[in-house]
Amino acid sequence: MERSDGVGRAQRPDRLRLQHQKWRQFNYLLKEIKTLRLIYTTTAAWRKNIAASGPEKYTEAFIKKQIEEFDLGKRHLANMMGEDPETFTQEDIDRAIAYLFPSGLFDKRARPMMKHPTEIFPEQRKIQWGEDGRPFHFLFYTGKQSYYSLMHETYEKLLNVQKHQDQLAAQGISPQKEKKNLVGSRWVTKTELEGMLLEKLSDDDYSRFIRLLEKLMTLPCSDIEENYIKKFSKEIAVQLQKVSVEPLKYDEQGVAFSTGEGVRKTSRATAVVYGSGTGKITVNGIDVLHYFPVLQDREQLLFPFQFLDRIGKHDTTCTVSGGGRSSQAGAIRLATAKALRSFVTEKEVEFMRQAGLLTVDPRVRERKKPGQEGARRKFTWKKR
Amino acid sequence: PPDLEDKLLTEPLRHPDFFNVKELFSLKDLFDARVHLGHKKGCRHQFMEPYIFGCRLDQDIIDLDQTMQHLQLALNFTAHVAYRKGIILFVSRNRQFCHLVESTARECGEYAHTRYWQGGLLTNAHIQFGPGIRLPDLLIFLSSLNNVFEPHVAIRDAAKMNIPTVGVVDTNCNPCLITYPIPGNDDSPTSMELYCKLFKMTIIRAKNKRKQIEVFQDLQSQEKHDTSRPVLAEGQA
Repeated sequence: MERSDGVGRAQRPDRLRLQHQKWRQFNYLLKEIKTLRLIYTTTAAWRKNIAASGPEKYTEAFIKKQIEEFDLGKRHLANMMGEDPETFTQEDIDRAIAYLFPSGLFDKRARPMMKHPTEIFPEQRKIQWGEDGRPFHFLFYTGKQSYYSLMHETYEKLLNVQKHQDQLAAQGISPQKEKKNLVGSRWVTKTELEGMLLEKLSDDDYSRFIRLLEKLMTLPCSDIEENYIKKFSKEIAVQLQKVSVEPLKYDEQGVAFSTGEGVRKTSRATAVVYGSGTGKITVNGIDVLHYFPVLQDREQLLFPFQFLDRIGKHDTTCTVSGGGRSSQAGAIRLATAKALRSFVTEKEVEFMRQAGLLTVDPRVRERKKPGQEGARRKFTWKKR
Repeated sequence: PPDLEDKLLTEPLRHPDFFNVKELFSLKDLFDARVHLGHKKGCRHQFMEPYIFGCRLDQDIIDLDQTMQHLQLALNFTAHVAYRKGIILFVSRNRQFCHLVESTARECGEYAHTRYWQGGLLTNAHIQFGPGIRLPDLLIFLSSLNNVFEPHVAIRDAAKMNIPTVGVVDTNCNPCLITYPIPGNDDSPTSMELYCKLFKMTIIRAKNKRKQIEVFQDLQSQEKHDTSRPVLAEGQA
């Protein structure tokens, strides 16, 4: 097939050309599908095809019946398990169900469960108008009544705050803004807001709302409406958890020592580092030269000491199990680095962390996939 | 009883100003609220020329006598619609007065739409909202242009769906498709507050009148069954 390259570029190799062709075909198909969609449906139907989604799936009477059945079933279950029906909590129910219907399925959501109907059946929008046809909400005809009523309320709070500010200014008092700590809080996300309003939002709508909230917050007298703003801000858990360094321990002879644990692939190691020593390392009761004949592994073990310039100063005793020689070496390295933290200043601990001595190596063996020879290696490709 | 219901609905139609909306406003009120101020001569719409009194220093002045007549007709019409329990939808795309219009609608117990108008709201309502929906019976435009200074789509849609419209038309607006245009200023805060106040008062007045007449008719029908009680003097309708 012919392709006009424009500038005289060298022809791509065959396999790349085929891949490129396939990509173009796929892209063309995608575009076709998109154009097909444009022909057969309308934007109104995309957006809110409430009529097409069917009549109310769960009527109020249905939900009420489900709740009654749930309460009855809870009492029966309590009787079956020999417990008091009055004080039978949700955790007891979960335990009872897990006992009566043991399931080997991995997905927790696929296992049998018995929960209150309000948790199982999602909240739905009921019919929005009364018998005479008049809608209940005054912004019903906008389409997005909850979102626009929220905007209306927030704007009202803003006007309120401005009025208050004007009153204070008329009295001559200038309001002082206390710096609020914004670090630990974030605004509600779009999905959370959609859940609160029970309505689909667009990104534009969401950003508008957040901008309005921020404008409200930046005003000096916004303390009046703090309760309202708090409804839309969530606290973030403090991310940096300081790992406390363990203090040194002293054994019977008065020698300072410290322990550390390390993992690498499937190896697990524990190391005990003594404060005074000549740099001897013992692994599983065997000297390091005999246990790790390869130089590379012994270098790995020495690296933490070399980094801190304490090569001949500490004695180490380690136990290690699992894995191969390289992963065992890596596990012991991590264990000794963790143990050395107690002998060293905070600054040097930070240096060690930045050097990567204190991070667990997350690399594990990748599983083999069906249809392939290994994790990544595919079967030999034959043209014919 | 169908007799009384018939009377309930036809009686107001016999009087030209059953709800006495004329007393709600005066020429001086309109002048003080700066309703007569239009836009500059260059913005003038061709069809607004009959409603313009004159032009001073390039600014158009709207004829307040004509405004008074149109306003009276419009308020009378909204009162009748509210009396017959129609759904009234306030539309305005002016961002400055969006909150005011929504609060007015909420206080009267009617509906408002001061946000982006989605294309199929009136014409494709059964798909957008669901079957069995009741469309508004009157659209009140407190500003008949949208944010791009073009006629609001709802004017055309209401005309398509046979829904009567009442609208405040400024000198740069097209009064053609609006059933009850009110030539007047739609940009000043004072004039918008005046319009909101007037519409709110007419709607509340009409609804109260309806309740009053219904209660009165209930009492009357109760008495007819109870002939032992003395007949009350018929109050004025």
